[in-house]
Amino acid sequence: MRFILKYLHPYLKRAGGGMVSKFLATLTELFLPWLLARMLDDIVPTKNANQVFLYGGIMLLCSLIAWVGNILANRVAASVARDCTRTLRHDLFGKITRLTSREIDRFTIPSLISRMTTDTYNVYRMIGMMQRIGVRAPLLLVGGIIMTMSQDPVLASLLLAILPFMGLIVWFISKKGVPLYGVLQKNVDTLVRVVRENMNGIRIIKALSKTEDEKKRFQQINEAVAGSETKAASVMAINSPTMQFLLNMGLVLVVVVGARRVSAGVTGTGDIIAFLSYFTIILNAMLTITRILTMYSKALASSRRIEEVLNAQEEEALGGEHEEVPGAPHVEFDHITFSYNKKVPDVENVSFALQRGQRLGILGPTGSGKSTLIKLLLRLYDTDQGAVRISGVDVRDIPLEKLRRMFGVVFQNDAIFRGNIGENVRLGREISLEDIDRALRDAQASFVAEKGGIEAEVVSRGQNLSGGQQQRLLLARAMAGQPDILILDDAASALDFKTEAALRAALREGYHQSTVITIAQRISAVMHSDLILVMEDGQVQGLGTHEELMENCPLYREIAQLQLGGNEDE
Amino acid sequence: MSERRGGMRGMPIKGQAEKKPVNKRATILRLLQYMMHFKWWLFIALALTIVSNVFAMIGPTLSGRAIDCIAEEGGVNFQGVAYYGLLMLLFYLGSSILSYLLSILMVHISRRVTLRMRKDLFERLADMPVGFVDTHPVGDLISRIFYDTDTINTSLSSDVVHVLASIITIFGSLIMMLSISPKLLLVFAVTIPLSLVITTFITRRTQPLFRLRSRKMGELNDFSEEMITGLKTLKAYNQEDNTLASLDDLNEEVVTAYYKSEYYSSVMGPSVNLVNNLSLSLISVFGAIMFMHGNITIGNISSFVQYSRRFSGPINEIANIYGELQSAIAAADRVFNLLDEPLEKADAPDAYPLTDVKGNVEMQNVSFGYEKGKTILKNLSFEAKQGALIAIVGPTGAGKTTLINLLMRFYDIDSGRLTVDGQPVDELTRASLRRAYSMVLQDTWLFSGTIFDNIAYAKPGATREEVEAVAKAAKIHHYIMSLPDGYDTVITDDGANISKGQKQLLTIARAMLVDARMLILDEATSNVDTRTEVQIQQAMRRLMKDKTCFVVAHRLSTIRHADLILVVRDGNVVERGTHRELMRMNGFYRELYDAQFS
Repeated sequence: MRFILKYLHPYLKRAGGGMVSKFLATLTELFLPWLLARMLDDIVPTKNANQVFLYGGIMLLCSLIAWVGNILANRVAASVARDCTRTLRHDLFGKITRLTSREIDRFTIPSLISRMTTDTYNVYRMIGMMQRIGVRAPLLLVGGIIMTMSQDPVLASLLLAILPFMGLIVWFISKKGVPLYGVLQKNVDTLVRVVRENMNGIRIIKALSKTEDEKKRFQQINEAVAGSETKAASVMAINSPTMQFLLNMGLVLVVVVGARRVSAGVTGTGDIIAFLSYFTIILNAMLTITRILTMYSKALASSRRIEEVLNAQEEEALGGEHEEVPGAPHVEFDHITFSYNKKVPDVENVSFALQRGQRLGILGPTGSGKSTLIKLLLRLYDTDQGAVRISGVDVRDIPLEKLRRMFGVVFQNDAIFRGNIGENVRLGREISLEDIDRALRDAQASFVAEKGGIEAEVVSRGQNLSGGQQQRLLLARAMAGQPDILILDDAASALDFKTEAALRAALREGYHQSTVITIAQRISAVMHSDLILVMEDGQVQGLGTHEELMENCPLYREIAQLQLGGNEDE
Repeated sequence: MSERRGGMRGMPIKGQAEKKPVNKRATILRLLQYMMHFKWWLFIALALTIVSNVFAMIGPTLSGRAIDCIAEEGGVNFQGVAYYGLLMLLFYLGSSILSYLLSILMVHISRRVTLRMRKDLFERLADMPVGFVDTHPVGDLISRIFYDTDTINTSLSSDVVHVLASIITIFGSLIMMLSISPKLLLVFAVTIPLSLVITTFITRRTQPLFRLRSRKMGELNDFSEEMITGLKTLKAYNQEDNTLASLDDLNEEVVTAYYKSEYYSSVMGPSVNLVNNLSLSLISVFGAIMFMHGNITIGNISSFVQYSRRFSGPINEIANIYGELQSAIAAADRVFNLLDEPLEKADAPDAYPLTDVKGNVEMQNVSFGYEKGKTILKNLSFEAKQGALIAIVGPTGAGKTTLINLLMRFYDIDSGRLTVDGQPVDELTRASLRRAYSMVLQDTWLFSGTIFDNIAYAKPGATREEVEAVAKAAKIHHYIMSLPDGYDTVITDDGANISKGQKQLLTIARAMLVDARMLILDEATSNVDTRTEVQIQQAMRRLMKDKTCFVVAHRLSTIRHADLILVVRDGNVVERGTHRELMRMNGFYRELYDAQFS
C-alpha cells in the first residue's frame, strides 16, 4: 500500500482538494434529515410558513452544494487515477523490458502479462474508488453516527450496539467466502485447460473417435466449477439479508425506545423521523464499505504483484569502456560453465575462438546446451565461470546497448509482431528500404512479393504466415542490420533443402564480413562451416572442421552417417 | 502451432475483430427462449421477489403508524407503539428470510443455466469440423465458453432480480405514497422527469465513451501480451526504449479514454442524489405546511419520506443495470453465434461402417481448396495398394498436410473420388474411417493426465502390460521409469515438464496401440534427434509393417524406400515415382535431394 502512496504523492494536493470537496458535500447531505427534524419539531408548532420555506430553501441549497462538491470531487478523483496509472504502467512496462532473463524466468511470461494488464487495472480502479466512495462511505457512517449522537445519545447508542454484530457478519463471511473463491478459481483454470486441450488436439480426438469421452470429461469439470461457485455464492448470499435485518431491528428499537423518550419529553417526534433517515444512510454506507473491502483486498494483492516486479533485478546496462585488444579473436568462449538453476550445469567448460568473418556451426541433440551458449554471448544470462569475450573484451565490460547492436539474431520460436512485413524486418532500427529489400532477397523471402510487398499485413504472432515464411522473415530481420555477428538458432528448420542451400549461398556471398554462428540439428546446415562444435548434455563432444570431426568425433560421425548415409550408394 | 494449423495457410483468422451488427431483439428473444428451460425455477424466484419486496414495503407504513401513536394527542400510546413495533419486526424478519431464500434460489438457478450453457457450447464445439477450430483463435472460443456465459449468468441472476425488485419497489412505493397523500405526490411530477432527463442525457453522452475505452483497453492488453512474449527479441535488438515509447502512446490513449468517460459519467451519481435531495426538501416543505393545516399526520410524513427515498433509489439503479444488460446481450450474441455454427456434416443416412479394412486407398481426379475459388489440390490421382508406403514430399507450404486432412476426412473433397478398399469415403461413417488410421503428427498433443492415460487414450481399456509394451517399443519406457512416479507421472501444461522429443515418443507409443491397417506419419520424427530416431527406427518399422503408410517428410533420406513418392509443389503433384525413378528424371525431386548435400 505504501508503494501506491508513492505514486499518489505528486498528486496529493489535488487529491486532497478533491477529498475536501467530497467531505463538504457529504457533510451538507448529512444535514438534510436534521433540517427536516428541526422543521417538524421546532417550526411547525409555531405555524410560521415563512420559516418553513426558509428551511426548505436551506435544504435546497445544501442539496446543490452537495451536487457541485460531489461532481468536482469525482472528476478530481478520475484525473488523479489517470495520472497515477499512466506513471505506474510506464514504470512497470519499462521495468519489465529491463528485467534480467533470470527474473523473467522466475516470474514467467504469462504472469508478467497479467501483472501488466489485470493488476494495473485493479489498482487504477482502487485509486479512483478510494477517493470517491472510500471517503464518502466512512464519512456517511461516522457522520450519521455523530448526527444521531448529537440529537439523542440514547437512541444513537442503540445504533452503535448493532454495529459490532454487523462487523462480525462481515468478518465471518470474508473468512468463509474467500477460500471458497480460491477453490473456484482453481476449478476454472482446469475448465479452461480442458477446452484448450480439446481445441489443440481436435485432430487426434476425432481420429480416435474420442469426442464423446471428451464431452464427459468436460461435463465433470463443468459440474465441479458450478458446484464450487454455488458454495461460494451461498456464503455470500448471507450478507445482505442479515445486514438489512440488523439495521431494521435497529429501526424497531428506535421507535419503541423513542416512544418512551418522547413521553419523557427528552426527544421530539421529528427527531425519530430523522433517525429513520439516518439509519437508511448508515445502512447504505455499511453495504458500500463491505463492497469496497473486497475490491480493496483484490487491488492490494495486485499492487503487491506489481511491486514485486518493480523491485526485481534489472540488467546492468553499465560497463566500463574497454579498448578492443588488437589481434584478439572476434568471438571467444573461455572455459564457460553455466547453470540455470545453479545446481546442475547446463553447459560445462566450453571453449572456442572465432576470427572475424568465420562461420561456426553448433550441432547436437535437443537439450544439449546449444541455445544456452547463444544466450550467454548476448548476455541474456551471465556465465557462472569463465569469460565470453568479443574482440578481447569481456562481454560484461561492454555497455549492453553497444553489445547488442553488434548482433543479428534469430532465436528458436522467435517473435513476429503485428504490423507489416517491413516493420517486422526493421524492428524499430534505422534501416533503409534498400537494406530491407536486400535482406528479404538474401533470406529467400520471395513470398513477400506474392503477399503484396513489404506493406503486407502481418497479424499477431505471424499467424497468417506459414512456418517457412515466418523463418524467412526472421532471417531477413537478423540480416538487415549487416551485423558484426549473425546468430541463427534453428532458423532454417522449416525450409526445404533447396531454399536452405540458396540461403547458405547468399550468406556466403553477401556477409563475409559477418561472423556467423549457426545452430542446427541437420548436419547439412553446418557441415560447411569453418568450425563445428558438437554438443551433448552440455559437454563439448568435438570441435573442428567436418573432415576433422569425421576422423576423430564418434558422435559426429554417427550423426553424419545417419543423415547423409545414403549419398554414396546412389 | 504453424504445422497443426497447416491446413489454414492463407485463410483469414476469424474472431473478435470480425464485427457484425448485433440484432438485439432477436438475441433477447433467444435468451428468453433459452431461459424457458428453467421456467418453473424462475417462476418461484419471481414470486419470492414480489413477496419479499411487498413485505419490505409495508415497513415504513408500520413505522409511520408507530410514530403516529407516539405523537398522539394526550401522550404516547405505548400499546400502539409496541403493537406496530412487533409487526415491523415480523415483517422485516420475513422479508430478510425471503430475500435470503431468493438469493439461494438464484444461486441454484444460475448454476443450472451455466452448466447447461457451457455443456451445450462445448458439445457443439466438439462436434464442429476441424476447419472451424483451424480458423478460430483458441482464446476467443475459451472466452465464449467461460467468460461470456459468466457475464450472461451474472446479469441474469443478479440484474434481472434487481430490475424486478426495483420495479416492484417503484410501483409499491408509488401506491403507498398515493394512499398517504396524492397531493404530496405531485412533488414527483417535478423530480421524476428531471431524473429521467438527466440519466438519458448522461447515458447517451457516455455510452460511446465507454465503448471507446474498452476498445482501447483491449488494444493495450494485446500490445502488452505481444511485446512481453517477444521480450527476448526486443532485448536482442535494443528495442526496450522504442517499445516503451509505443506503450506510452497507447497508455496515454487508454487513460485519456478512461478519464473522459468518467468525467461525464461521474456526474450521474451526484445528479441522481441531487434529485433525491430535491424531492426530500420539497416533501419536507409541503409536508410541513400540510401538517400545519391538519391535512396530514406526522407519521404519514415519516412514511412518505421513507417511501420517497425508496422510490428514487431504483431509478438510478436501473440506469446502472442497463449498461450491464447491454454487455450481457453482447455476450449472449457471441454464445448463440457459436451455437449456430454448422456442425460437421452428418454421415449420410445410409452410411455404413468400414469393416475388414485391407488398406487400399485410391484418389481419382481429386480437387480441393480450403476457400471457394482457391483450389489447392488439382486433379490428383494415385493408388496406394495394401501395405504400400506412400511418401509425400515438397517444399514448405506446398500442400502436403492437405492430403492428410482429406484422407482423414477432416475436410471433404470438392470433386473427384476418394475410396478405401473400393468404397467411396462419403458412404462410410466417419468414425469407422478414422479408426482405420493410426496417426502421428508433428504437433505432439498430450493432455493433462498421467503418462499411462495419455498412451492408453488410443485404446479404451488398455492394460498396463499393453501400454508398457508399446512404450518399450517406442524407446520411452526407460525414461518413464526414471520419473519419480513412473507411468503415474502427471503431465502438466501441455507437457511443459518433458522435452519435445520425449513428447513425440509418447505420441508414437500411443499410435502403436491403435490396431489400424493404415498409418499417417506427418513429420512424425521431426522433434526427435537423430540418435533417438535410429533407436526407434525398429519400432517405427514394426509400426509400419503390413500397413498402408502415408508419410510426410522433410528428411528425404527417410523415405527413399517408399513405393511411391508424390512430389508436391504449389498444390500440384509435379512428379511421382520411386526414389530411383525420380532421381533419374533429374527434375524437381533431384534438385530437392541434392540440395541436402550441396
